[in-house]
Amino acid sequence: MIARALPRRRALLLGVAGALVLLLALAPIASADWLTPESGGSSNANDIDTLYKIVLAIGAVIFFGVEGLLIYATIKFRRKRGGPEPAMVHGNTPLEVGWTVGAALIVAIIAAITFVYLPKIKNPPNSSANGLQQLAGVEFASLTEPKPPNGKALHINVVGQQYIWRYDYVDAQPRLTENRPVFSYYEMVVPTNTTVVLQINSADVAHSWWIPTLGGKQDAIPGHNNYTWFKIPKPGVYKGQCAELCGNNHADMLAEVRAVPPDQYRAWIAAQRQGILQSQQALAAQRKAGEGQ
Amino acid sequence: MATQELPGGQLPALTGRRSNGAGARPEVAIRGIKARPTGWLSWLATTDHKKIGLLYLYSTFLFFMLGGVEALMMRLQLAESQNTLINPQTYNALVTMHGTTMIFLFVVPVLAGFGNYLVPLMIGARDMAFPRLNALSFWLLLFGGILFYVSVFFEPPNAGWTFYTPLSETAFNPSNGVDAWIFLIHLTGLSSILGAINFIATIHNMRARGMGWARMPLFIWGILIYSYLLVLALPSIAAAVTMLLFDRHFGTGFFDVVQGGDPLLWQHLFWFFGHPEVYIMILPVFGMISEIIPVFSRKPIFGYKAIAASTAAIAFLGMLVWAHHMFTTPTPVVVLAFFMLSSFAIAVPTGIKIFNWIATMWRGALVFKVPMYFAVGFIAQFIIGGISGVISAVFPVDWQLQDTYFIVAHIHYVLFGGSVFGIFSGLYYWFPKMSGRMMSEALGKLSFWLMFVGFNTTFLVQHALGLQGMPRRIYTYQSANGWGVENFISTVGAFVLAAGILVTLYNVVRSVKVGKKAGNDPWNANTLEWFVQSPPPENNFDVIPRVRSAEPMKDIRREVAAAGRPAGSVAQPVAPGT
Repeated sequence: MIARALPRRRALLLGVAGALVLLLALAPIASADWLTPESGGSSNANDIDTLYKIVLAIGAVIFFGVEGLLIYATIKFRRKRGGPEPAMVHGNTPLEVGWTVGAALIVAIIAAITFVYLPKIKNPPNSSANGLQQLAGVEFASLTEPKPPNGKALHINVVGQQYIWRYDYVDAQPRLTENRPVFSYYEMVVPTNTTVVLQINSADVAHSWWIPTLGGKQDAIPGHNNYTWFKIPKPGVYKGQCAELCGNNHADMLAEVRAVPPDQYRAWIAAQRQGILQSQQALAAQRKAGEGQ
Repeated sequence: MATQELPGGQLPALTGRRSNGAGARPEVAIRGIKARPTGWLSWLATTDHKKIGLLYLYSTFLFFMLGGVEALMMRLQLAESQNTLINPQTYNALVTMHGTTMIFLFVVPVLAGFGNYLVPLMIGARDMAFPRLNALSFWLLLFGGILFYVSVFFEPPNAGWTFYTPLSETAFNPSNGVDAWIFLIHLTGLSSILGAINFIATIHNMRARGMGWARMPLFIWGILIYSYLLVLALPSIAAAVTMLLFDRHFGTGFFDVVQGGDPLLWQHLFWFFGHPEVYIMILPVFGMISEIIPVFSRKPIFGYKAIAASTAAIAFLGMLVWAHHMFTTPTPVVVLAFFMLSSFAIAVPTGIKIFNWIATMWRGALVFKVPMYFAVGFIAQFIIGGISGVISAVFPVDWQLQDTYFIVAHIHYVLFGGSVFGIFSGLYYWFPKMSGRMMSEALGKLSFWLMFVGFNTTFLVQHALGLQGMPRRIYTYQSANGWGVENFISTVGAFVLAAGILVTLYNVVRSVKVGKKAGNDPWNANTLEWFVQSPPPENNFDVIPRVRSAEPMKDIRREVAAAGRPAGSVAQPVAPGT
């Protein structure tokens, strides 16, 4: 019996050691962004990533500590023939008070760290000098929208609908008409180094706006306005998709944000405006021709 | 104390059997009981809590199989990018059916099933307080489930198990499957509320002499708090689905912006029920684990009062955390901060339980039978679910995690790695009591390892998928996203997990026929259900033992050993006139 028990114990210890080595091997994979949220597009995404890593590190210490105790107990305290009698203890008040206070302290620390990082994640910075200038400063008439310290940001209204995103460039001048801003679908074009504030709402069911590398998601709920922001230093394309089940083709409700230098952004707005006006004129002409027949 | 002076012969119905040698165990043979009625009619008409408990267990495991098949179909669809095996509408129907089935037709009622079978036995009662109400609870559940599943032949609902408005409104989801779901919620909800009232009445009033609150088995504490939570939480969803029904068919606009309603109202009402529901699904399992760990550690539970109190604390706090499901909705930051802090607070009593279980094992003499495997697996996996829960309670971090596969992984670590592993532990533990026969240890261990490896293979990688930006509830994904490998691993794991579950299913079917005879108390357990025969007679107890501690069977064994007398003669009070 003892002869059989020993190899089994050794095998278990080997298994534990193997698992630890495997976990250490996983560490580089973790740094390769496997175990952390997407980031790199905008500073709020980076700050969320940092906050996550801090909480994950605390969680990892607890994980290894508690799982370690559990595994140790399962190996060490197996019943053995001639082994020690089980200890008939019913509790230990100082110990129990200790781990209660300890657990409360850990979550209090996580809460404190969260409140340290929250302002950076929630509040946008000013646009940089090489960002889009002459921002009109049109606001969404909302008390809750995020504002950079100098109050100047580019505003875009994001509307979710089954199964595509529409973007109204409410600040962009000239507009299509007095009341109708330039708009686009699926692809949002924004200037780099510029603080962009998004107002998010929905035309039909609930959706959720999410470009992982540009920060957290915010739901688009009919009858409500939600807000988020990003400021992209590097030109490029940032992809995402709707994150709230919105119907059969929810998975096809993709989105991308293309960041371009400010002058290209201005040129794109002008071209987009031209394109929309032309197609509207063409449509009007077609309608007229249709009525004539 | 007078009872101890009685010679064994004074209680004619009770005799000790097999009291030979060192392995003497108290066993009671009860004679003079009429043979139980047999045939299918006896099941239809029964008000016996044990038969009703078994009906619950059979039906809910059937629903568990259905929900499992739905999960496997989803995993097949997601095994590779741009797969066309299942169309989007069917996929969303599978998402909806799987979630609804596992929550409303498996985890919540299977716990009611264990509760039904065990509560009267564990507290020393002859039945539930309201036996016919008890039968009604079961039949409401079964017909709720059938009504819901019939929609498969028409148009199954496909709005996700959360049925967020406006997607679940007629304008976007005219399918009568949504209505079938509404009636499922009403029927199973009514079933649960009636069942909960029955548990509360039974536990408050029908405990054996001497079983004060501080001597009540911890599983009974779990069922009691589960019942209070059901009574508090279910009316909220009952109201919500009634409002949805009125919106859909009678022209009201509770959730319709155009008519002055608000879709967020649904989310609040739903989660005001939905989060307590999470604790409804875990507290009785905590109770099971608190029964099983001490028995197989051959040690008393560590910190009985702390475990019972933390159960109550979790339930109280569990009513105050619902909006952590709504961190990405348009909600003021101060509200988000409140719900973050309340969610953190709940980690403390949960942590206390885990420490208490490990402390119970500490310096014990651990006997690794199958129930202990599942119990330790439960703790190991629940720790992961608890930590990922704290991470996603940090609301700015949740803005990245919400509605992704990270959350899918988290809920499965608490609900499957937690609740279902605990339920399997309970199944292996109480099967001998229910059937009179032992399950195969070898098959049980095989099942455990398949389930353990399969479960972790399926769900561990899903954390990574969520962090890489894969939203939940999508029927397919682009290959350019690079999520293919993890999804394939997850699918393989799901089939290993399913194989493990099938091994247990086979073990049950086989052991009912050919399992080793269990006897009254095969595990050397602590609670009163092990005092009676396996399976117990219809009236449970001829004479109800007096309870002197939280571990009455241990007292009985000790007294038997001290007195060298048959089991029945020791702990029994004298019935008047004998």
